[in-house]
Amino acid sequence: MTDVPFQEPTSEVSGLEAGRPGSSPGGAAGGGRRFVRTAFVRRKERFEAWARGVFLAMAAAMIVPLVAIVGHLTYEAWPSLELEFILDVPRRGMTEGGIWPAFVGTLYLVGLSLAVAAPIGVLAAVYLNEYARDNWFNRVIQLAVINLAGVPSIVHALFGLGAFVYAARFGYSILSASLTLAIMTLPVIIASTREALAAVPRAFREACWNVGATRWQTIRSIVLPNSISGILTGVILQVSRAAGETAPIMFTGAVFYKAIARGDLFAYRLDEQCMALSMHLYTVTTQVPNVRESVPYATAVVLLASVLLVNATAIGLRLWLRNRKRW
Amino acid sequence: MTGREGQSEPPSRRTPVGEGVEPGAGRRGWGAGGGRAGWKPAPQDLQQRRGEGKRPRRTGWARAGERVIEGIIRTSGVSAVLFVLAIFFFVFREAAPVLFGGEHFKLLPFLFSVEWYPTSASNVRYGTLALTVGTFSVTALAMVLAVPFGLGAAVFVSEFCGPRLKEALKVVIELLAAIPSVVWGFIGLTVMSRLIVHFTGAPVGVNLLNGGIILALMSVPIIVSIGEDALKAVPDSYREAGLALGATRWQLVYRVLLPAARNGLLAAVLLGVGRAVGETMAVLMATGHAVNLPLGVFDSVRTLTANVAAELGEAPAGSDHYRVLFLTGVLLFSLTFVVNLVADLVIRGWRRK
Repeated sequence: MTDVPFQEPTSEVSGLEAGRPGSSPGGAAGGGRRFVRTAFVRRKERFEAWARGVFLAMAAAMIVPLVAIVGHLTYEAWPSLELEFILDVPRRGMTEGGIWPAFVGTLYLVGLSLAVAAPIGVLAAVYLNEYARDNWFNRVIQLAVINLAGVPSIVHALFGLGAFVYAARFGYSILSASLTLAIMTLPVIIASTREALAAVPRAFREACWNVGATRWQTIRSIVLPNSISGILTGVILQVSRAAGETAPIMFTGAVFYKAIARGDLFAYRLDEQCMALSMHLYTVTTQVPNVRESVPYATAVVLLASVLLVNATAIGLRLWLRNRKRW
Repeated sequence: MTGREGQSEPPSRRTPVGEGVEPGAGRRGWGAGGGRAGWKPAPQDLQQRRGEGKRPRRTGWARAGERVIEGIIRTSGVSAVLFVLAIFFFVFREAAPVLFGGEHFKLLPFLFSVEWYPTSASNVRYGTLALTVGTFSVTALAMVLAVPFGLGAAVFVSEFCGPRLKEALKVVIELLAAIPSVVWGFIGLTVMSRLIVHFTGAPVGVNLLNGGIILALMSVPIIVSIGEDALKAVPDSYREAGLALGATRWQLVYRVLLPAARNGLLAAVLLGVGRAVGETMAVLMATGHAVNLPLGVFDSVRTLTANVAAELGEAPAGSDHYRVLFLTGVLLFSLTFVVNLVADLVIRGWRRK
């Protein structure tokens, strides 16, 4: 939409560029002779081309790292990349073998943190978007959400250690780590759910109120069904964020190594520690000597691929939703 | 005239009230009154009035259930505040004993000494100045790299490219933002360090420069997306006025949009700073992890966050060392809190305008 006005100066400039008498598009009075490319105009155009090129390069500078990273990691990881790598357990002091315990551990952590963060996050967003008036108290809440998103991950780790591991006596466990992750990823859900709720037109609510529905009835029957896909997007983004985090789980429930059976999906109890994919990548990269060259790369690729796939799902869902929207 | 006609229409031809989810229906019925934008129905009032009358279909249970649900919603709404307070409380609680009576701990050396020897047998010293300087130098370097690129990319996405390219670039930005920090750290440790050694001849590849580049790559997406929002918030009439005066796009960006979106762009940079200061795993793996004051970009540094991540596992719970690490957490929390608060105030100022 914003692009429409921009087409005009470009075409005008090209009209100037033509500069021939009589051929100028808008030249009613002077036959176009008035529109000469002065030095000033030429300088202006030169600057324009130059600026465009520089900005294009800056935007391109974002694509290069993404492609380069994914390409390089995949190339280096190739010798280890097979399904067996995910299903197998680490062997020979984690220098060889697969990543199954870490993979399952991440599933557990993400699943549990999602189960905690999703209801709280969605309801908090419902409160902020549907109930909250614009007063100082709700501004404080919004400020808190913003700050919760900005708290460094290592501070979340310290909080999880102090609150869940010691104060609540959950110990070093999947439970502590998941709760820490849940609080850390809460702002992701709140932000995107709010966006989804705000996209439901006000007229929908007004129509519902006018037939006598209460606020909650309106939310349940009109607002939530109409924004469910947007909410889902937020939940998916939470999953991707939680799967990639390392620092918050490092001191609350993730361990270097834990022996479980190959391909065992129900390997952990909630009060046990577990391995995690992100933590495993850190471990095999920095803590374990003589790891087979491609193992850390393959771990990184599995982690990166899961996260990017989950994110791509969210993006796809959002695009699909936008095309389907009826209002 | 037409409005009157619409009202006198027979009810059967209008949209049935039960299916009134269609937004157009309600709007036509009300007409385009000037005060309608500010009009707000107050369901509480309706509820009250209804409570006085008789509504046989709504049982007491239904009303009680609704009250419970609304209570839960309100509690969840407040939960963010509770969590922020809880974070501060629990981190501070672990740190407090050392702050008020640690054996080898004094506040001034903690903030202004470069000597960090937490496990020394004879003379334990907790000075975090080198770590703070490390954090700020990495962040500064990252911002020097990320701000021009981030804002440039934001300008390109917002003003220079067509709708399709815009969508594609936004997807790239989102994916770039999704890469986990430990993967960034891994890239810094393996790929970037080799590149740095190869191109600059530095003795070690994990250093300030490496951390700065990695952090810059991590903060660019947030700067681009917030910066683009800020540019989008500039009214189109500004652009049209500029174009009507014969400005090129570059002149428009430089003379009109950048000044108009100044606050939003500043907030974008601040949020980038916040992200860079708080980043842990990437800097832990990429900066070389040596406690010293950096003199050049090829020196290894250690940041506040990386220090906590590296030493918390080794510090026995309840020891002074352990508590000092929590105190570092309080410091970090306060630091990012201030940065985020300022960013929020800046954004708020820009929205209000």
